[in-house]
Amino acid sequence: MRGRTLLGVAVAVVIGGYLTTRFVSHGYFYFASYVILQYIMLATAWNILGGYTGYVNFGSAAFFAVGAYTSIVLIKAFKAYFIFLALAGGLASALLGLGIGYLTLRLRGVFFSIATLALAVVLQTAVINWGYVGGARGIYILRARSVPFFSSYTEFLFFMMVVFAVLSVAAAWWIENSWVGRGLAAIRDNEEAAECMGVPTLKLKLFATTVSGFFMGLAGAPFPYYVTYVEPSSAFNLDYAVNSLAMPMIGGTTSWAGPVVGAILLGAAQQIATVTISSAWNLLIVGVVLVAFVILAPEGLVGLALRLARKRGA
Amino acid sequence: MSYDLLLNAVAAGLLLGGFYAAVSLGISVAFGLLDVVNIAHPVFVILGAYAAYVMNARFGWDPVLTGLVFTPVFYLLGMAVYRVYYASFERKGEEALRGLVFFFGIMFIVEVLLILVYGVDYRLVEAPYIGESFHLGPVSIAYRLFVPFLGGVLLAGGVYLFLGNTFFGRAIQGVSQDSLALRLMGADPIRIKTIAFGIAIATASLAGSLLIIIGPVEPSIGREYIGRVFAIAVLGGMGSIGGTFAASLILGVVESLTSTFYGPSWSTAVSFGVLLLVLALRPAGLFGR
Repeated sequence: MRGRTLLGVAVAVVIGGYLTTRFVSHGYFYFASYVILQYIMLATAWNILGGYTGYVNFGSAAFFAVGAYTSIVLIKAFKAYFIFLALAGGLASALLGLGIGYLTLRLRGVFFSIATLALAVVLQTAVINWGYVGGARGIYILRARSVPFFSSYTEFLFFMMVVFAVLSVAAAWWIENSWVGRGLAAIRDNEEAAECMGVPTLKLKLFATTVSGFFMGLAGAPFPYYVTYVEPSSAFNLDYAVNSLAMPMIGGTTSWAGPVVGAILLGAAQQIATVTISSAWNLLIVGVVLVAFVILAPEGLVGLALRLARKRGA
Repeated sequence: MSYDLLLNAVAAGLLLGGFYAAVSLGISVAFGLLDVVNIAHPVFVILGAYAAYVMNARFGWDPVLTGLVFTPVFYLLGMAVYRVYYASFERKGEEALRGLVFFFGIMFIVEVLLILVYGVDYRLVEAPYIGESFHLGPVSIAYRLFVPFLGGVLLAGGVYLFLGNTFFGRAIQGVSQDSLALRLMGADPIRIKTIAFGIAIATASLAGSLLIIIGPVEPSIGREYIGRVFAIAVLGGMGSIGGTFAASLILGVVESLTSTFYGPSWSTAVSFGVLLLVLALRPAGLFGR
């Protein structure tokens, strides 16, 4: 029943997204919404591994950039269709997640975290030295002049991001409510006990890392078309790594709603702060809010709301 | 390939490795002995480097002098950070997820603060020996590498002697193994860990003052050191000071050879490769038990 209601909501969001492109033509609206949708995907993807399993990925920027640079390669080499770029970007990041996970997840979780931290630095070095995708100078990407059913490419990108964001949230919801999610929660709470009870811990962890990587790559794949000029420091921006873990942490990590709430609130706040104050101050605020939440409100906003609701009910 | 080039690359690598030991000692103590995964360690190194820069630019202090004078400050800072970490995460058993994010947040905040205050420009120090060098046969040794090397060796030696020969040192070595036994010996494990973490951060600040002797520093340079310090700590066998020192020299030489023969931009990839290889093949490290 609840699943069916949510499916209805998902379809409504997608239709609403399309209708928006019919009626809204304000440029900044699409700019801001694109960024927030991108963060919903990154935060949700991060949470599939971090929130459900308790393994911290510090390299979201690397996964995002792998998606972006995969699509740059495909655009340059084959002028591939958008949907192929998106899928290939996701798959490349999924493979990266699987590989890093396979090498480090058999050990303690911290090694995975440390490896993801170093991963971003190394991949960025590799891209800087890779002339084909523009190297350190960056690369310009031309958009198609027109897209069927949409009056501009920006609106098309916005709509695709709505679809992708709904897909990633749906995947998170499915994982949470299936035996996979229960297995992941068991790993988070006590990995040894889970293993003893017959939970295939390594397989589940690798599954979570792969799915999480896929959606991060999917979030990054449209990026070249969105910005039209990609340089390594923008694709590997530390903002992505910070935000994709700050948003679930602030929203709440135990359910799919947490990252969405966190991404919308923190994403919107940053849009406002970037315009009104400055982007460096805005990052400082994200950092301070993150640390404050980790120390003072570990269950996040969704957790706080649930606790308040329960108190009122009792 | 000339023989001289190879010799010089190895010498530079050994010197660099000695400095890496200074950077990694704190991680070996915090991560290896205390089991506190302080991924913010490199950012304290950068803070130490900026302290050296400010004192040098304002008062003309030698960076090593600044390092020594600021050691107690960073020691206290480290103790404070550990207290917060302990009260908020370790006591509740939440260090795995939230503790890591906490250190990541600290790293991020310090980096952004440094950018806000000093900008993203490279900062450097002036000292009479920077730019000078001496010769050992065909090998030319720059003082800007030799001084940090010497600093690293002395620091590693000091920490080694302290851990092996003093009551507090032995207590630090024991605290992660058996904190109950430690309590029976009349030592409070939390106090011991606080002291040890303070020492770890103090070594980071000293390493920072050596870092800025080697070359100019900017706020985000610490990120390159994350892979490096953890690669060294794991390769060295987690918490073994001798192992850390040996691993530092190995990594320094491999990096120096890579940057001489393949180009300097690949040296950050070396530590990452080493880290993944060690984790995949021998997680106990070269010198682990």
